[in-house]
Amino acid sequence: MHILLRGRDIKNIDQLDVYEKHDGFVGLKASLAMTPAEVIDQVKASGLRGRGGAGFPTGVKWSFIPQHEPVKFVAVNADESETGTFKDREIMEANPYQLIEGSLICAYAIQAKAIYIYLRGEFWDIGDQLDECIERLRAKGYVGENILGSGYDCEIYTHLGAGAYICGEESAMLNSLEGYLGQPRVRPPFPAQKGGGLYKEATVVNNVETLTNVPFIMREGADAFKAIGTEQSAGNKIYCVSGHVKRPGNYELPMSTTFRELLYDHAGGPLHDDRPFKAMLPSGGSGPIVPLTDEVLDTRMSYEDCADIDTIIGSASIIVMDETVDMTWVASKVTKFFEHESCGKCTPCREGTYWLDKVIDRILDGRGTPEDVKRIADVAENMQGTTLCALGDFAANPIIHTIRRFPDDFAQHVQGEAAAGD
Amino acid sequence: MAIIGNPKYQERIQHHLAKYETKRSAVMPLLYIAQEEYGWVNPEGIGEVAQILDLDPTQVKSIAGFYTMYSEKPKGKFWLHVCTDLPCALKGADDFYAWLKDELGVDDGGTSADGLFTVEHVMCLAACDKAPMLQCNFRYVEDLDQDKMRDLLAKWREEAAQPVSG
Ligand SMILES: Cc1cc2nc3c(=O)[nH]c(=O)nc-3n(C[C@H](O)[C@H](O)[C@H](O)COP(=O)(O)O)c2cc1C
Ligand code: SF4
Ligand code: FES
Repeated sequence: MHILLRGRDIKNIDQLDVYEKHDGFVGLKASLAMTPAEVIDQVKASGLRGRGGAGFPTGVKWSFIPQHEPVKFVAVNADESETGTFKDREIMEANPYQLIEGSLICAYAIQAKAIYIYLRGEFWDIGDQLDECIERLRAKGYVGENILGSGYDCEIYTHLGAGAYICGEESAMLNSLEGYLGQPRVRPPFPAQKGGGLYKEATVVNNVETLTNVPFIMREGADAFKAIGTEQSAGNKIYCVSGHVKRPGNYELPMSTTFRELLYDHAGGPLHDDRPFKAMLPSGGSGPIVPLTDEVLDTRMSYEDCADIDTIIGSASIIVMDETVDMTWVASKVTKFFEHESCGKCTPCREGTYWLDKVIDRILDGRGTPEDVKRIADVAENMQGTTLCALGDFAANPIIHTIRRFPDDFAQHVQGEAAAGD
Repeated sequence: MAIIGNPKYQERIQHHLAKYETKRSAVMPLLYIAQEEYGWVNPEGIGEVAQILDLDPTQVKSIAGFYTMYSEKPKGKFWLHVCTDLPCALKGADDFYAWLKDELGVDDGGTSADGLFTVEHVMCLAACDKAPMLQCNFRYVEDLDQDKMRDLLAKWREEAAQPVSG
């Protein structure tokens, strides 16, 4: 059953009357009949965790907002720029009203004045489509003053980014919305605190997929949501599968599903029958790569199970590679991404990514030495934990883990034996 | 033309100014309008955006320079942004892009001799299951191969040859 990708089950659910006929806004109406604190409690009880990457408990995040502050905001993270991620796009294209309903429930729960949906600039058409949805909702009293006669007022706006992965990082996103360079802020104060959010007001930042779960939780109850998935990973998750599989695409599945079921039953197994799977990046470019062993395949795609195999599920952008793929080339591709996307604010990230990119290219060209391999592993390790935002850690991951987990792929490019490895 | 006083843009400019708590927040949507008017973010456009928002032109220029979707130089009529990031590359995007550059006789970032096409490689565009893919003037074109691409180039060339109507 789809909770999120309902566009697959219900024709034209992107039309307001069809959405209304299929339980649309039942969750919002239920929420408006409760106190904001009760709504937050229900979302807390559901076990919903953030789908933007970090997996932070959503209700807990909402409860950090100081209720006495007169002005608060919701910022919806629709920047979707992690390599291999294409789930928020399908939600917004095929089921836009459910995202807006979830955002309105969040806004009511924290008593926000307005919601800003921050879309990556390339989602130009989606922005136009959402603007039309918002106008239709305004005409029917779901948006604006005195929403559905509740006495609660809230506006919704869209904002287009303009090509910068870093604007998916929440504090950079807020700077970008304010018309400053999209660079991360020093924290504390955090966005949920006065001084740290949009226009210095307390702000909840949530991912598109996170908020799209909320109408279901408010309509069916926290227990119905918690019944899906695992102990610490409630609900369904959209897994974006790309690379060497027969049927790439989005798959919405309970978080208790194994990688094997996803990759074989749903995605159809290896693209070429004679080329077995070799490795997978389960969280796009930013999480640790893992070899696709039987142990990994039989792991459940939950936050806690992925930690057991020393990786993360993150945004669940699952990039699959078969035996023909050289992990040195993978490290180079991913490093080029981070070198390009580093915002330049802190030295270890700016210079580290630049330097890593150059040395990996040299190794790929056959001009590297075993010492080069060891050196990039050291540089990457030194980047971790020393930067202002997590991009610096993300950029270190592909180097550290490809070298550690696929030492032979590096050794073949350098004379003699590779110096690194587990 | 200009954007200030141009009836084509007034409603949109007002809409963006009303959206935010501060004028400055409207800098990104206004830069898009300037780019639409001039074909790139040129000094006139930057000056006008600065004037509307009570900012210094150097501030506006630094915002324009930070983001990749604002062009600081004139480009062709069709901007082809080809994704060559890892998932697309696993499905042949690097070869596809090399072929396309060859077909148009350009290098990465270059514009074809007829002035129509500017090509650039870009990072993931959230369409990895439909590789190879590109965006043409920020609209998705997916599940590409050489035949499809040749047809599209022919179509776009034809479009460009049509006299502008209205
Ligand atoms: C470099 C970087 C890029 C990020 N990109 C995104 C993104 O594209 N979309 C997103 O939802 N979160 C992204 N995040 C995570 C956000 O900072 C934030 O944690 C998230 O939007 C919170 O929402 P959630 O709790 O609903 O997951 C990124 C984080 C970092 C450090
Ligand atoms: S870690 Fe990188 S992306 Fe993050 S603030 Fe520093 S330079 Fe910018
Ligand atoms: S890698 Fe090309 S669209 Fe994602």
